[in-house]
Amino acid sequence: MEDKPKSKINLNRVDMPRQDPLVRAHNYNEVALGYSDDMARQESTRCIQCPKRPCVAGCPVNVDIPEFIKAVRDNNMPEAVKILKSKNALPAICGRVCPQETQCEQVCSLGKKGAPIAIGRLERYVADWDLGHKESASPTQVPPPTGKKVAIIGSGPAGLTCAADLAKLGHKVTMFEALHTAGGVLMYGIPEFRLPKKVVQAEVDYVKSLGVDVQLDSVMGKLATVDELLTTGYDAVFLGTGAGLPMFMDIPGENLNGVYSANEYLTRVNLMKAYLFPEYDTPIKIGKRVAVIGGGNVAMDSARCALRLGADKVYIVYRRSRAEMPARHEEAENAEEEGIIFKLLTNPKQIIGDDKGWVKGMECYEMELGEPDSSGRRRPVTKQGSEFIMDVDVVVVALGTTPNPLIPATTKGLEITKRGTVVADEQSGKTVKDRVWAGGDVVTGAATVISAMGAGKRAAASIHAFLTGQ
Amino acid sequence: MFKIVAKEKLTPVIDCLKVEAPALSRKARAGQFVIIRVDEVGERIPLTLADWDAKEGTITLVAMQVGTSTKKLGALKAGDNLQNLVGPLGLPSDIEKFGTVICVGGGVGIAPIYPIARALREAGNKVISIIGARNKDLLFWEDRMKKVSDELIVTTDDGSYARKGLVTEPLKEKLDAGKIDRVIAIGPAVMMKFCSLTTKPYNVPTIVSLNSIMVDGTGMCGCCRISVGGVTKFACVDGPDFDGHQVDWNIAFDRQKVYLKEEKDSLDKWESCQCGKS
Ligand SMILES: Cc1cc2nc3c(=O)[nH]c(=O)nc-3n(C[C@H](O)[C@H](O)[C@H](O)COP(=O)(O)OP(=O)(O)OC[C@H]3O[C@@H](n4cnc5c(N)ncnc54)[C@H](O)[C@@H]3O)c2cc1C
Ligand SMILES: Cc1cc2nc3c(=O)[nH]c(=O)nc-3n(C[C@H](O)[C@H](O)[C@H](O)COP(=O)(O)OP(=O)(O)OC[C@H]3O[C@@H](n4cnc5c(N)ncnc54)[C@H](O)[C@@H]3O)c2cc1C
Ligand code: FES
Repeated sequence: MEDKPKSKINLNRVDMPRQDPLVRAHNYNEVALGYSDDMARQESTRCIQCPKRPCVAGCPVNVDIPEFIKAVRDNNMPEAVKILKSKNALPAICGRVCPQETQCEQVCSLGKKGAPIAIGRLERYVADWDLGHKESASPTQVPPPTGKKVAIIGSGPAGLTCAADLAKLGHKVTMFEALHTAGGVLMYGIPEFRLPKKVVQAEVDYVKSLGVDVQLDSVMGKLATVDELLTTGYDAVFLGTGAGLPMFMDIPGENLNGVYSANEYLTRVNLMKAYLFPEYDTPIKIGKRVAVIGGGNVAMDSARCALRLGADKVYIVYRRSRAEMPARHEEAENAEEEGIIFKLLTNPKQIIGDDKGWVKGMECYEMELGEPDSSGRRRPVTKQGSEFIMDVDVVVVALGTTPNPLIPATTKGLEITKRGTVVADEQSGKTVKDRVWAGGDVVTGAATVISAMGAGKRAAASIHAFLTGQ
Repeated sequence: MFKIVAKEKLTPVIDCLKVEAPALSRKARAGQFVIIRVDEVGERIPLTLADWDAKEGTITLVAMQVGTSTKKLGALKAGDNLQNLVGPLGLPSDIEKFGTVICVGGGVGIAPIYPIARALREAGNKVISIIGARNKDLLFWEDRMKKVSDELIVTTDDGSYARKGLVTEPLKEKLDAGKIDRVIAIGPAVMMKFCSLTTKPYNVPTIVSLNSIMVDGTGMCGCCRISVGGVTKFACVDGPDFDGHQVDWNIAFDRQKVYLKEEKDSLDKWESCQCGKS
């Protein structure tokens, strides 16, 4: 492609408008505002429709990216929606939160020139067009019932995708969710300003419209075990229970008042709407100076929530350097623009409390980078004698999560790894237990929305093959 | 939505609700709890299963009005619905034949101790129960407790009914009087702490049911963490029953006070709304 005539290649990637950083740091409205029709069309014409289609292979669910972009270019929106949705059941979500820079956009032919097509932004544009034109869409045709029943445990992206695919094939699907709202991390973890909850609920409604019975407030393993489901009429069970257990650091002071896991912090803000307290009943401690420990998306989200709640100073405390930070570039950049202070190469030693049991500071070490470790990243090493104290009153620990042991502990015959994940075949999602499949974070450990969806999709195909005796 | 089929006031500030929850009622075991949300803007609050009836498909909750959520709950009537109800959560209490056990229930803690006393009695234990309240008006379920106990001692702090004094006094007398194999104490945190201190010199295993602040109740947030024997535990999944001699009570007390200010603001707001309505 490189020998294509230069004039044809347009390297002016169309920017997506965003709320002003100083304004958005104080509201919960969406940060990224989405393309206008003109912007989308302009960006879509940049795609050179190269025959190699590297983007399709770069997409974990193999969306026919050049085709949907062509439909946008041709202003054939219903067609764009159809192409997109035939591979991706939750495009409005993926368009917003997928790490395209390490997937489809990374391998885009124009990427070598430093200006890959903004596939994520176009995806979001198409999905939002679809949400705004629901009345014109013809309802998905569901085939006659097969008489087979499937239980899906967990309503995150893995569960939602698996449920939708099986329902579309005519199976009777019941989805059990422990919380009072369906959506998993999309509802309780990722904040409103990055992923509006009405977008998530629209996708959940779509899944329900296919005939999926969503049972909220149902903690499986407690209300019924997997084995009980299998003996009371369900032909197959899919475990999409995610990786929801928070990790702490095991340093002194972690049980002080004012120390939160990121899960608790984000759940209070997003699921329970503590940012609207006292209109909503759930409170949260609004610190004046908040330290968030960690360098992933979860840490960025927590820090940005702290800022919006009204903290004066918010720090990201991360033990490696900026280059090793696992958060999406865009999100780290957004956070920095909003005024979050990055304390890099910094690692907590202990949290210090006052005489009433409240956080009043955090003692940290300075770190330096040593030899690469097993993850390939340079290992952070403590600088002896470098201790210093950060003046903070709220600490949020965002160091990652592991799967909840509830289902493994109550289900006979599953294989569980040392990390607590459920062992399942990568292609089919089949576990070693008869009639039980699993996929998403519960299998991989904390990963991405799109990988969870991909796993849900593959499991649905495998379950369908099993149910129909193929 | 979960329908309230019956509601009764046990004391001016303690409500007893029977709620429709067929699947849950079949799984309930003594010592477990549920989490409810009264309405769409409501907080998730934990309440112990005070009773259940699998045939009828109902569970019974007893709640003391201490803040916004419990007051909202108290304002509901039979026929109304709870927005959310999830459970059974937590590990069931250890029920086996220990020998002679003492069940102590203080204040609203009388409700959760009741099914435990009943289960221990059914398992063949000799059950001595001690229930106490600040005064006569706050006491309830004496009749129920009598039925499931071999011996029942009732106290009130002010002496307005039965024996005057704290529950720890008869507890100590019983420990002095003969061999006790196990003590289970449920009530306000201070009461559980002092029961544990009372039994400590006698080396009698003592179980308390911790009432940490919770959100999800499934181990997902860590809000309910406490320290037991120097190890951090999540009350909602590792408990709520713990060895009272190992609990770090200072941390438990401090962590209950995280939202004192917000709780007051919330209640003020709700009460001013209620005044506007009437
Ligand atoms: C704050 C945050 C930000 C993130 N940002 C991004 C991002 O920008 N881009 C990206 O791609 N990924 C992001 N991720 C990761 C992504 O959200 C997850 O990888 C994805 O949600 C995993 O999907 P899942 O379906 O496997 O599980 P989850 O989304 O975790 O859903 C699991 C569901 O199962 C329920 N459940 C668990 N146990 C039971 C049980 N016993 N009975 C009934 N229900 C049960 C849970 O309540 C939950 O609703 C982020 C994660 C977090 C926490
Ligand atoms: C496992 C478990 C089982 C419980 N079972 C029962 C029960 O059967 N009946 C019952 O009446 N209560 C029970 N509780 C306590 C109950 O959950 C709280 O009283 C309730 O959450 C208070 O909510 P609120 O909004 O009305 O009051 P808030 O405004 O939240 O609090 C008002 C006052 O109550 C105190 N408080 C807040 N949360 C708790 C708490 N979790 N435990 C103790 N005190 C608290 C606060 O310190 C404050 O002083 C239980 C708690 C747990 C953890
Ligand atoms: S209440 Fe969230 S972990 Fe216990």
